[in-house]
Amino acid sequence: MIPSLPSPRWLKATTLLYLGGFLLFLFLPLVTVGVFAFNDAEYPAPPWHGFTLDWFLGNEASGRVGLFRDEELLGSLWTSFVVACWVTVLSVAIGTLNAFLMERGRFRGREALSLLMLVPLVVPGVILGISILAFASRIAELVNDLAGLELEFLRPGLPLVVLGQFSYIAAIATVTISARLKRFDRTLEEAALNLGASRAAVLRTITLPYLRPAMIGSAAIAFLMSFENFNTTLMLVGSDAPLTIMMYGRMREGATPVLNAVSLFLMVASALLALTLMRRGERRDA
Amino acid sequence: MTGAAAPRLQARLMLGLMLAPPLLWLFALIVLPHVDLAVLSFRERLGPGEYGRSLEQYRTFFGEPLYWHVFVRTAVMSAIATLLTLLMAFPVAWTIAKLARGRLGALLLVVCLLPFWVSETVRTLGWMILLRESGVLPQLLYHLGLTAAPVELLYHDATILVGLVYTSLLFMVVPLVNSFESLDNSLIEAAYDLGASGFAILREIVIPHAKPGITAGCIVVFMLTLGNYLTPNLLGGKNSQWFTEQIYTQFITRFNWEQGAAFGFLLLALSTAMVWLGLKLSGQRFGDVMRRA
Amino acid sequence: MSAAAPAAADLEVRAVVKRFADHTAVDSLTFSVTRGSFFSILGPSGCGKTTLLRMIAGFIQPDDGDIVIGGRSMAGVGPNRRPVNMVFQQLALFPMMSVGENVAFGLARRGVPRAERLRRAEAMLERVGLGGAGGKRVDEMSGGQRQRVAIARSLVLEPTLLLLDEPLGALDLKLREHMKIELKQLQAAFGTTFVYITHDQSEALVLSDHVAVMNRGRFEQLGTPQELYYAPATAFVAGFVGANNRIPGRVTAAEGAIAEVVTAGGWTVRARMSAPLAAGAAAEAFVRPEVASLGRSPGELPPGQPAHVGLVESLLFDGANSAVLLRERATRFEFRIALPQTGRYADLKVGEPVHFSFDPERAVCYAAPAA
Repeated sequence: MIPSLPSPRWLKATTLLYLGGFLLFLFLPLVTVGVFAFNDAEYPAPPWHGFTLDWFLGNEASGRVGLFRDEELLGSLWTSFVVACWVTVLSVAIGTLNAFLMERGRFRGREALSLLMLVPLVVPGVILGISILAFASRIAELVNDLAGLELEFLRPGLPLVVLGQFSYIAAIATVTISARLKRFDRTLEEAALNLGASRAAVLRTITLPYLRPAMIGSAAIAFLMSFENFNTTLMLVGSDAPLTIMMYGRMREGATPVLNAVSLFLMVASALLALTLMRRGERRDA
Repeated sequence: MTGAAAPRLQARLMLGLMLAPPLLWLFALIVLPHVDLAVLSFRERLGPGEYGRSLEQYRTFFGEPLYWHVFVRTAVMSAIATLLTLLMAFPVAWTIAKLARGRLGALLLVVCLLPFWVSETVRTLGWMILLRESGVLPQLLYHLGLTAAPVELLYHDATILVGLVYTSLLFMVVPLVNSFESLDNSLIEAAYDLGASGFAILREIVIPHAKPGITAGCIVVFMLTLGNYLTPNLLGGKNSQWFTEQIYTQFITRFNWEQGAAFGFLLLALSTAMVWLGLKLSGQRFGDVMRRA
Repeated sequence: MSAAAPAAADLEVRAVVKRFADHTAVDSLTFSVTRGSFFSILGPSGCGKTTLLRMIAGFIQPDDGDIVIGGRSMAGVGPNRRPVNMVFQQLALFPMMSVGENVAFGLARRGVPRAERLRRAEAMLERVGLGGAGGKRVDEMSGGQRQRVAIARSLVLEPTLLLLDEPLGALDLKLREHMKIELKQLQAAFGTTFVYITHDQSEALVLSDHVAVMNRGRFEQLGTPQELYYAPATAFVAGFVGANNRIPGRVTAAEGAIAEVVTAGGWTVRARMSAPLAAGAAAEAFVRPEVASLGRSPGELPPGQPAHVGLVESLLFDGANSAVLLRERATRFEFRIALPQTGRYADLKVGEPVHFSFDPERAVCYAAPAA
């Protein structure tokens, strides 16, 4: 059960075995994806035909279009990146604002509002997508009828994708940042005020630096969630497909290992991001 | 100072300014679109540009067995996936929170979370390469002589469940680890000291203590599974019959928004009902549980 | 209960050792605890007392030696199989259960039928003065009541030994004073052997029949509270138990049992040696504040004691525990004297010169502990 209680040998062995199996289950798909990015074959499947970098570097001439020559794939990677940046900035900004409102604000309806902010977390992404799609279209129609204007950004496309992802990622950022602000010791602010700091200075020098780890953490989560998002995006996407949508389309058609290559690229990028964040976290603990 | 009115007005103005963005977010992107979706679902197209109120969309759903079969199937499969996820995550979360000490526990948690830094698309691709007829596992089984010919492991219900559990583990492990960590070891020692067996400790101490975490994990996993599109669609192929696919078909393929809206609303109702039921059964409050998750 | 009377021992600890990676937490300890007595282990944090207690409970295995409870060796016996129950530092009451369910928990694990265990739990709550509280939630109880629930939860199982891990530590001062008395009365009423660990010397002195003073994994002294107070065996005990003036210096002369100790600043005091000390040895003399006498003129001091002169540094008024802080006039050495309760010296002024003395027989000196 816990280390201070005696536990039989078989239980320890079973625990270790289970843990091993669990980790295998977790990493097997990822390792497979990575390995087959280097297979010298037209399809990501066994047997192993030898090592190649074609799926990264190949061009039209070699008959295999590698990741770095695949304009379509690179374009969707860039689209995902731009969308994720927008979603991150918007979510962290509103998450921070919400945290202050919910933890510090004194107004009627605060409790109700703070519950409402959690609602996006329990609405399935597909439904967020279709509801925003339908609502945006209705407004676009209305404006078109009344003013004769065609509001392009309310039609399926990247602006709607950003809004759709933002609608629930903002809730995640709010929860993360609020949780940290709640643990903040307000006497620190009082002490700073007592030492002659203005309210703005207290915010800048005491409160925001305290919140920074949560803000960075929720920025990373927001970026990742946006990059990975599929359900909401699927409903709102226009002609420019972000990476997940592009990959989905190709996977249905039976893809070449270039998808493994781009996946490996994503894994390495994610791992680097994770490592950077963890190192930051450790330095803070030290 | 001429009076207290000016600063108070300023404070109210400030509050109003701060409240504007969150209200815009919640109403323009969440509340109003859902109201609009509800309105849409009660609409019927009578002719070109001509609409009337009706329950026609919901009647279609209950009248057409295919639709509600898929609906029930999605709910049941999601429930099974949630239960499996809980069973798989429980021992791992316990090991991380209670057995591994200090840095080892933290490291183990990071290792367990690592796969979830990669998108679901990539993870699903991995399963497809592993499981399809020409894939790694069928070939391995064939070469080991365990099967006479390579078998297709994709497009089964079990495949869908594997994919769903895999995708959901993170959302179960994290709340479980948190609630196990907050369980004071001295409670377990005290129970043991008073003569409780391992099973009794689990039933009387651990599960009652971890109930909020278990509820939070189950609610989130169930909801995500119910609303999943990618995993059932790619791993289940034509056999997946997932309700989100019906919504997609109505909305995007057939452009029948009224019917799609009704389906969306039914899915939302089911999801909300299960969240509510989970909270009722465990006696939790929505706000507490969501903040925990 | 006297230490001399031979009585059955409920707990015997034989040459028990526990080492952790970088230090020895419990260093070859041997002692026994008489049946029905209240035994305390007193020591500063990190002295190894918690490790010792957890070894007796069975949560930690000793590296060497044996623990015998009620005449049976506990080697290889799990914590749930020992005739021992524990009151945890934070009490570890189960928040998911009512007070009554907490008390009945151990009985349920023994398979006592529901009606019977509820009856026994209620009877036990009655005995600790919480009759009728069985249906309440744990968080509805006050700090003192929780304490009693924790004790009732253990005692209902009729253990040979009840271990208490600083259970008063979390209470505020006033409640702590009250609970001390209550704990002593409970122990007397039940007659169960209590083993109590604490870093608070007042708890140990008030509660216990016997106290072991523990330091760096060893017992410095084991004795009655009176013995510890009036005849401390080591400099550590003298400094740790009760208030004391500690005067470090060097022995310049020894006549009979009395040594002359001179501080670095040159102040000479005389004190009884606990063990023979050679001239020139580094030593520490201890004088309790209530042993020294105070006077406005040398004539007011008891005759025959070496007299000293000091200047009043500050008055420490604390009701019956009031004291005056002096500085010896020539060397500025700080010295504390308890004020008589007659209020005779209540009008002392800061800076006022006073005379003071103490009986060298009632002051003790030890060889200075190696640094």
